[in-house]
This record gives sequence, C-alpha cells and structure tokens, in this order.
Amino acid sequence: MDEPKITEDLIAAHGLSPDEYALILEIIGREPTFTELGIFSAMWNEHCSYKSSKKWLRTLPTEGPQVICGPGENAGIVDIGDGQCVVFKMESHNHPSYIEPYQGAATGVGGILRDVFTMGARPIAAMNSLSFGEIDHPKTRTLVNGVVEGIGGYGNCFGVPNVGGEVRFHPAYNGNCLVNAFAAGLADTDKIFYSAASGIGMPVVYLGAKTGRDGVGGATMASAEFDDTIEEKRPTVQVGDPFTEKRLMEATLELMKTGAVISIQDMGAAGLTCSAVEMGDKGGLGVKLNLDAVPQREEHMTAYEMMLSESQERMLMVLNPELEAEARAVFEKWDLDFAIVGETIAEDRFLILHGNEVKADLPLATLSGSAPEYDRPWVETPAAEPLADVPQIDPIDGLRALVTSPNYAAKQWVYEQYDHMVMADTVRAPGLGAGVVRVHGTDKALAFTSDVTPRYVKANPVEGGKQAVAEAYRNLTSVGAKPLATTDNLNFGNPEKPEIMGQFVGAIKGIGEAVAALDVPIVSGNVSLYNETDGTGILPTPTIGAVGLLDSLDDLIGGIARDGHVAMVIGETEGHLGQSALLAEVFNREEGDAPHVDLDAEKKHGDFVRDNRTLIKACSDLSDGGLALAAFEMAEASDVGVTLDADDTPTLFGEDQARYLVACNFDEAEALMVAAGQAGVPITTVGRFTGDMVRMGSSEAPLSELAHAFRTGFDAAHR
Amino acid sequence: MKAAVIVFPGSNCDRDLAVAFEKAGADVTMVWHKDTHLPEGLDIVGVPGGFSFGDYLRCGAIAAQSPITKSLIRHTERGGYALGICNGFQVLTETGILPGALMRNSNLKFICKPVDLKVESTESAFTQAYTLGQKITVPVAHHDGNYNVTPEKLEQLRDEGRIAFTYVDNPNGSTGDIAGVISKNRRVLGMMPHPERAVDENHGGTDGQAMFRGVMDALVSA
Repeated sequence: MDEPKITEDLIAAHGLSPDEYALILEIIGREPTFTELGIFSAMWNEHCSYKSSKKWLRTLPTEGPQVICGPGENAGIVDIGDGQCVVFKMESHNHPSYIEPYQGAATGVGGILRDVFTMGARPIAAMNSLSFGEIDHPKTRTLVNGVVEGIGGYGNCFGVPNVGGEVRFHPAYNGNCLVNAFAAGLADTDKIFYSAASGIGMPVVYLGAKTGRDGVGGATMASAEFDDTIEEKRPTVQVGDPFTEKRLMEATLELMKTGAVISIQDMGAAGLTCSAVEMGDKGGLGVKLNLDAVPQREEHMTAYEMMLSESQERMLMVLNPELEAEARAVFEKWDLDFAIVGETIAEDRFLILHGNEVKADLPLATLSGSAPEYDRPWVETPAAEPLADVPQIDPIDGLRALVTSPNYAAKQWVYEQYDHMVMADTVRAPGLGAGVVRVHGTDKALAFTSDVTPRYVKANPVEGGKQAVAEAYRNLTSVGAKPLATTDNLNFGNPEKPEIMGQFVGAIKGIGEAVAALDVPIVSGNVSLYNETDGTGILPTPTIGAVGLLDSLDDLIGGIARDGHVAMVIGETEGHLGQSALLAEVFNREEGDAPHVDLDAEKKHGDFVRDNRTLIKACSDLSDGGLALAAFEMAEASDVGVTLDADDTPTLFGEDQARYLVACNFDEAEALMVAAGQAGVPITTVGRFTGDMVRMGSSEAPLSELAHAFRTGFDAAHR
Repeated sequence: MKAAVIVFPGSNCDRDLAVAFEKAGADVTMVWHKDTHLPEGLDIVGVPGGFSFGDYLRCGAIAAQSPITKSLIRHTERGGYALGICNGFQVLTETGILPGALMRNSNLKFICKPVDLKVESTESAFTQAYTLGQKITVPVAHHDGNYNVTPEKLEQLRDEGRIAFTYVDNPNGSTGDIAGVISKNRRVLGMMPHPERAVDENHGGTDGQAMFRGVMDALVSA
C-alpha cells in the first residue's frame, strides 16, 4: 500500500514544527516515511516527551529512604515495610474526556490501573480529581454525567474501590474539563517488574486485546489546544473494555509468577510505538517488530495505524523464551491474545516490518533521547493586589451559601456511583477527607488523598503549589496517617505563553519546596499542557495525590464528634480571606493573595496531631471555607450540633494554613493543651459540639436544616 | 464446613466472599469457571459478585453457560447449598435456580451505599441467626439490582415465605422491595446486598456475620 507523500501540511498535521522536522532530517539523513513521521510525532508530542516541562520537573525532590522507584517508570514505588510496597501514580485524561466524556474518563481509569499492575502490583485504591465548568453551563451537565458514569463503569467492573477525590466547578473549565485519575496498588518489594528490556534476541510479546484503529493520533491530539473543530476529533478517543482489563490484570499477575517476564510495559499513549521504544531505550537495545503478527480487530490496517493506535488493554513484554509454553497457557486460560511480534536486537535500531516491507528504520536511542527540549520563556506571576474590605456577613448565611454551592455541597451523588467497598478492605469511604484502605490480611492501612486549590495557584503559583502539598499532607494527618510520598498531575494552559509558563514554573517551585520540607517526595506524575479552548486557559491546576501509612489501624483517627466534645483549633488563625471560598462563592470575588504556607508549622502541627492521636476523637484539616465549614462538616458527619464562640467573618471563614479542627473529650482537652504548650504548637478552644443547632456567635440554625441543604445542594444544582 | 467459590472471568468479590466464609471457619476452594466439576464433599457453593463476562449481553447470562455452571445446577438439584451475592444472584436467576430477573436500577445509575434491610424469614440456614423483622445494615453496589417477578410469582414467594430480605427504603425499584430470595427447598439464597462487606468492624458494620455463622451452624450440625 502506498504511503502518503510528506508535505508541509502533513508535517503540521502531525503537530511537528518546521524546526522539529529539520531535526528529524538531521537525525536520519533522509526524508522519513509516513510511518516514521507518525512515530516521531508520537514520541515528540508534549504528552509523551514532556518537552516544555522536563527542565522544571528535574528540580522536584524525588528521593528519600522510603522511595524504591521514582519518576520515569510506569508508576512510583514506596516502601511500606514488611516486604511490601505501594505503587501509585496520577494521570490526566482531560482532552479525551471533554470530547467523549464516558469513554475518555473510562480509559483514563483504565490507563492508570494498567500503569500500576504492569509493575506487578494489584490495584487496591482509586481516586479522581475532576474539574468542570460552571454547573449551569450548557455542556457541564453532560460532562459530569458522562465522566462520573465512565469512571464508575470502568472501575466498578474492574473491581477497585474508589476511595476519594475532588469535584470542582469554575467557569475557567467551561471549555476544558479536567479528569485526573489516580490508582495505587500493592506489591511485594522483591517482585516488582520494570520496563527495561534485557538480552539480545529475546522474543517481544504482545498481550491483551486486539489492535484497532481507535485512538490513532490520540497523544498528538492531547497536546493541542481545542477550537470549534473539536467534534471532528471524536475518533481519536479510545474505547475502554474493563472486562478485558480485569482479565489482563489477572493474567499479567499470574504470568509474573511463572518467571517468564523479563520486562513489561503497558501500551498507553502512542501504543506500540512508545512501549517498544521505551523498553528498548531503557535496556540499551534495539527492537525489531513484525506487524503481520500483531493481533488485529480490523482489516487492512496499515503500519502507520498499528504503530499509532491507542487501542486499550494491551501490553508488551520481553519474554524468557524457555518459559514460552507456560506464559502462553496463562493467556489462553484468560482468553487473551498472546503473540510474538518481534525481538530485541543488538543494534540501535527501531525496525518495523509489515508485509515484507520495511516501514520504519530509525535509530532507537536517538528517537527516544533526542526529543526536543524547550526552555520556554516565562514571566513571574505579578503579586496580587491587596484585598479590599470584605463586608461582615451573618455567619449562618455565609455557611448556608457554602454548603449549597456545588463546590462544597456533599458529593454523594458522585461517589455513590463508584464502588468504594469492593475488595472489602475499605476502612474510610469517600466524602470525609482521606480514604483509608487496609493492607489486605494485615492490621496496617494506607490513606489516600488528592488536593489542589486552583484559585490560590492562579493568584500566587508558588504559595498555591505549596498549599496543594500541604493540604494533602494535612488530609493524611487528619486520619492519623504518616504521609509517605506524592504524585503530581500538573494541568496548565498553553506553555508557549510566558504567563502560563510562569504559572507552571512558580507552582513547581512551591511544590518542590513543600515536598522537601514535608518529606513527601514526588515519585510519579504527569503533565497536561495546552488545556485551552479558543485561547482561554484553565485555572492552573497542579493536582497532588498523596499516600500515607498507618502502621496499625489502632492509630486511625476515624471517630466522630460527640455531644460534649470540645472543639479546638491547632495552628494560628489570622483570618486570611484573600482567594477564600467565602469570597468566591458569596461575594463572587476572586481577589487578594493566596494564603501563605509556613512549611515548618505544617510539619510541626502534623507531627503534633499524630503524636497526640489518643487525645483526639475526630480531626479535620482546615482548608476551603475555614473553621465554619470544617466545624459544620464534622457536626454533620457526627449528627451533633456545634457552637462556635466567634462571630466575625475572618475567624470563621479565613483560610490560614497549617490548621486542624479537633474534637476531644472535655476532660482530655487540658492534656492536649499542655502537650501543645510543650511542643510550642498554638492551640485554641473555639467552641463545643453539643445539641442540635449550629451556632456561630449569636447566629444559629438547626443542624438538620443545614444538613439537608448540604446533602441536597449538589443534586439541586446539577438538575 | 467445606465451601467453594466459583471464579468467572470478571468476578471481583470472589476473594471477599472466600474471606467471609473463612472467617466463619470454612475451608474454601476457589473453582475456575472452565472446570467441569465442583470438588467432592462440598457443603456450600458461593457465587460471588462482580461483572462476570463484563456483564455483556445481560448480567449473569454468559456465566450461566459456563462449564462449571452445569455442575452448580446439578449440585442444587441434588439439594446442595448455594449462596449467590450480587452478580452471583444474577447468575442464579439466569440459570433458573432462583425465580425472577434483575433489571437495571430504576434510577439508571450504579448505587453503592449501605442500606437497611428487614429480615423477612428466619427459616433458612442463611437467615436463622437473625430474628424475624430484624433491621440490618448491609451495603449494596450494583447497576442491575431491580428484582422483577410477576404478581403471581410474588404472591407465591410470599406464601412460601421465600423472601429472605426486603429493603427498608427501596433503592433500585425491586418488586415488593425484595433484596433476597430463597429457593423452594430453602437451601439456595440469592441477594443483591453484600453481606461479605459487613463482617468486620473495619467495614463499619458486622450485620453480615450472622449469615455466615448461620450457614456454618446449620452445615456443621447437619
């Protein structure tokens, strides 16, 4: 079959700039074939090459004694003791989800699960961080329904509990929603599998589902801005099959036990191309593929289509040839394809054969290692204007406005569509800060959270970046867990605009400082740029996924507040209202600076909570909505009223960082205060849990009324 | 007590059910769907929750054609005990071992949350450790849990005392609020809620324990 001629239009359609094309000519010394052009485009797009972000990602702290494997593999790996480790990552599927919400979100979940079990870990928890446009924007309803159903449809069938996440609404996402999917798995530390090929002449085996034309060019699509031709891009979205993924996971884990796997890599973005090149490059080997052997579900597929297809539920592995029969038997048991499609070779070549013709013949190491890297110009985000006066508001009115807003109303409409209990180890369900999952068969548990406050990052990227890490740290601390490590999913607009690049650079700086100070290194992550539609960017949204460890479930702070408990705030309250939820939701003002994060205080206060867990009956971090919202949420979850002494807006709704609200027994409050005094940690009694009213100063309302508003607010707004 | 748990491709509560049986003191064998015979000397077969064959075609329809299912039918025909939970209940109705059909939830959405059930019959191994009319809390997690039978069949199930549990607040549109039904010989129970997710303090409730204890007591003393 004749391949198209290489023209300027064809090059541009592949997302390659004239300079990048010139570099291709320089590397191979001739005009590329059509298939080769496709391969370069797949390897060099922003999504796969990190060409705009690499320079800055290198500055992030990624090491620590707990880290077994940092960024660069399919997922990060962290030691949890007793010969076990947790394997986790977060990844975006923003563009596909906007184009086709159900399949976009579903395959986002599928992709992240595959990243985890490719390394030999059984997935034990999933989360999602979702950002949508205004709730009454005409497109939002369809997106929310489709994305939530897609996440549920895939994860529920696969059988992984969905234990947490975030859902936010803001006009900046009207034309570009964000779907960030997190997954974590559990593995034995001595049975981890990596992607680097080894050995010459070893069979390269294709596993899983057949290859179709779906998703051809998906990674390149995901690296471009949107415009009004978006509907034409629907065929670039892949279609997910969670049933095949479940079988692929079981078969892969079973296969790994046979000893037949030398190395393994899932086929994600840019499918066969990326996985084969990555395995060869990491192992310092070449790869020869014969596409005639690739299992295909459509007829007359070209080499170009097969190399760029993003069909789901596929893996590539280098096989120990002595165990081929055993390996094949496992895949036959699960009725999945198992095909030897090539071999490792000594030369530095990526050689693609199809129908007895050479379709591509490229230097493999150069293909992978010479992706362009840009030091994009950037400008520092200007300091925020000082905040103009915020009028005093009746506290109950302010609280009611928050709890009925789609951003802060209860989200059971969302998480009841996700199975959050399958595997029967979920200790803490979603909706209450961090999710907690027991390590199966032990008394240990892992805690999971994902956090970011995009308003803060926009106003002050450095402090906003720090805050995302700090809030994740506090959420883990609030359930008594020791924070171990983090994954970052960095969603930004067009990096070719210096102000957007400035947001990125600032956020990375803040995140880096925070993960270093709080000892939660970044072990995996993903960058999603060009989140713009018709030139309008999203709020900068660097989502932080974090994992913490409970050495024993006895350490869990999982209780509720009871009548008579004292309400105390750990940390200093100054009443910072800039960029607060109250300001945004009630006064429709996104003004002022983000709250600044004192990382020393974060560490000290977090340690204090963990050290004094026996005195703390219930704990919540203070973040969006400040003391008023946290106290209400704790009261609502506990079905007991709360009385707060303060009635002024800054104290009740300020969003100062490094703070926790705790409930403790009346006769233990003093002990907690003494301990705080000794540790040099500020602590203040702010009220009491009692009765059935929510009282702030002289303003009050029945808890049941506010709880009803909180429980139905989302449904009412979403209808 | 010897229990077997069938594993279909797509089952995902197989381990959870095995753990619940083991906690009650049973020896558990996992049985692959392509096997043609259940192990000898079994006391009870568990058909677990999940998405057998991806729920493609109809929930439980393809699993009803698996090689092991013939053996399961023979086991129940000979008077053997069986417990089908969620997708397992769907498999039991698809094979005709239990009456009725499970359709899409009336709100057309997947629902995962703890629900309150009322114990409607204590005359079975599965329900004997509860008291009649007792209210228990057990989670549901399904997209197709809307139990449907004809009015005549509903009457019959009521007359024969074969409704094991009803929902206090029907989440899925089930006929007669039915959450679980018992076979005519009272040795097979199918139910949509997941008792195996309520056997441990860490699950947030232990109301499922009595079911496994009841089975254990009945089968050990039998």
